[in-house]
Amino acid sequence: MKNILWKSAAAAAAFAAISAQAALSVFATVPEWAALAEEIGGDRVKVYAATNALQDPHRVEARPSLIARARGADLVVATGAELEVGWLPLVLQQSGNAKVRPGTPGYFEAVTAVPVIGKPTRLDRAEGDIHPQGDPHIQTDARNIARVAEALSARMAQLDPADAAVFQARTRQFLDRWNAAVAKWEKDAAPLKGARIVVQHKAFGYLIAWLGLQEVAALEPKPGMEPTTAHLAEVLATLEKQPAKMVLRAAYQGDRASQWLAQRTKINAVALPFTVGGTDGAKDLFGLFDDTIQRLLKGAA
Amino acid sequence: MHYRSIAPGVLALALATPAFGASDADIAEIRNQLRDLKADYEARIRALEDRLKEAEARAAAAPAPAPVAPAAATAGGPSNAFNPAISAILTGTYAHLSQDPRNFAIAGFSPEGEVGPGRRSFSLGESEVTLSANVDPHFAGVLTFALTPDNSASVEEAYGQFLTAPYGISPKFGRFLSGIGYLNEQHAHAWDFVDAPLAYQAFLGGQLRTDGVQVKWIAPTEQYVELGGEVGNGDAYPGSERSANGVGSSALYAHTGGDIGDSHSWRAGASYLHAHSEDELGNTAASRLGIADFVWKYSPHGNVRETYLKVQGEYFSGRIRDASRQDGWYLQGVYQFLPEWRVGARYDRVDPRGVDGATYEPRKASVMVDYNVSEFSRVRLQLARAQMRGDLTDNQLFVQYILSLGAHGAHKY
Repeated sequence: MKNILWKSAAAAAAFAAISAQAALSVFATVPEWAALAEEIGGDRVKVYAATNALQDPHRVEARPSLIARARGADLVVATGAELEVGWLPLVLQQSGNAKVRPGTPGYFEAVTAVPVIGKPTRLDRAEGDIHPQGDPHIQTDARNIARVAEALSARMAQLDPADAAVFQARTRQFLDRWNAAVAKWEKDAAPLKGARIVVQHKAFGYLIAWLGLQEVAALEPKPGMEPTTAHLAEVLATLEKQPAKMVLRAAYQGDRASQWLAQRTKINAVALPFTVGGTDGAKDLFGLFDDTIQRLLKGAA
Repeated sequence: MHYRSIAPGVLALALATPAFGASDADIAEIRNQLRDLKADYEARIRALEDRLKEAEARAAAAPAPAPVAPAAATAGGPSNAFNPAISAILTGTYAHLSQDPRNFAIAGFSPEGEVGPGRRSFSLGESEVTLSANVDPHFAGVLTFALTPDNSASVEEAYGQFLTAPYGISPKFGRFLSGIGYLNEQHAHAWDFVDAPLAYQAFLGGQLRTDGVQVKWIAPTEQYVELGGEVGNGDAYPGSERSANGVGSSALYAHTGGDIGDSHSWRAGASYLHAHSEDELGNTAASRLGIADFVWKYSPHGNVRETYLKVQGEYFSGRIRDASRQDGWYLQGVYQFLPEWRVGARYDRVDPRGVDGATYEPRKASVMVDYNVSEFSRVRLQLARAQMRGDLTDNQLFVQYILSLGAHGAHKY
């Protein structure tokens, strides 16, 4: 038994060494970083996305498949700021992969590359499931994608020096296209400036700051808590004083509360892709923002 | 040796000299100096107090400072910056039982540990406190202790983990929940029902904790394959305390699992436990137990926040303390139909196979509903009908609360 175990371990290690030479194996916690790693790495990386756009990234379970994928990863790309606090530490610990432990080069957190907003002034669970280190939903501001791209590219180059030149060249190309796209999105979204919105979960802070939207209410009484009838009545009262154009939710969120509000107030319920794969239009990072801006413009019309 | 005994005398003399030798003028001088000193310090303290008041007034008048310092929220002061993550679980139950729980027995089994439905009326459950932190770049440590309602404390888990082992190996040592079966590794507050399945109670006395060493290995494949082995002192049932060197219990297990599309996931495994025991007369016995377990979860698009269905079952078969082979199983399903609401049902059965003359198969059927206002609180109602003997039915009602405080818990599969 023991002998077989050691032999298979040795074989596995040899296998892992070969596959590591072939391509950098990236374990991305959410689809946007998986898409970004593919933009940077092309065919020099093998990317696995641990969640899809229809899953609440706060509430993922440490499933066997995630442990198995983390076991073989050379690089874990997480959002950070405790977005994945409920599952990623457990996955990494159970995977037994010392290469991707937090604090090692094999563990990358996207929030380290961007200015974080929404840090709570009061750290108390009576405020709901708050994020002590600030709002982790950084991917809703397109400019943050560029910031993360540079930091992630540098990290990938550090882990895979043989492909560093490829990563750098691809990142430059990506950023040229991206910056042009950001300018276009900002131009297209100009009419949205000052538009009043309601959000289901406080997950759009960066989008709101970027496009100059104005959040008047949230359907969740506290972050992570389901909307209650009493709170929805308060939201209705707020909307009478400050009418809003639309109520936003992420694709992974149930539409009950948004639809309830839309029926009573005649405002538009808008489901945003939130990440790559959230809607049919959000096939890649460019599609994510094309579709987001279009849906917002439609909702505001 | 000699000078040492003189030294204290000389010192005492030297100290006494000024007092004995001082004149009245000297004493007056010292008094004056002390008075001056006192006046000086009082003036300084008053000045500091005034400055403090001014500063407080300024702070109250000024607008709230912008939250800039990133360290402020994460670390306290220098003395507690390295404090371990702390979490606490508070639980309590109200039980209405038609049979006296003091007469509880599973015919044909004589487990030691946490068995039975608990006491009647209100009862405080175990209050659990967990401390965890990295020790250094190579080790992490976890301590979970439980405070029981009878005011005693027990060590639930206390283990170290070696973090930097190569080849996907993770060694653990100390006291830990054994990796056998599926439910065994989960703490009681994470269970879907108030009590452990009958099979766990009959064969393991509730839950198996090992004092020893565990090594797990994850295969470097896309399919999840986990192989684990443990050796321990064998104190926990079905083992017992012995005065013997070497290994008192050992366990081997293998688990595999994965996803099927986005919506389905599963895990299945097989475990084997071998334990030695010794009675008061010094007679030794051996226990051999096999467990087969599976769990399958369905959730549309894998979004467990909204809805999911979980079905799990485990089958136990073994010879406890040299008795003939006995078996038991349970099957349960839990359905989360709204983010805050779950319902579940479980059926338990054990077969004593004539041990101690027991031929009736004890059985239990339970249904539960729980409400989770947030991820950190749960209130549960459970109804159960237990038949430990053919002629006795225990109708049970439980109301339970589970609150978790502090560090964010992990979403174990």
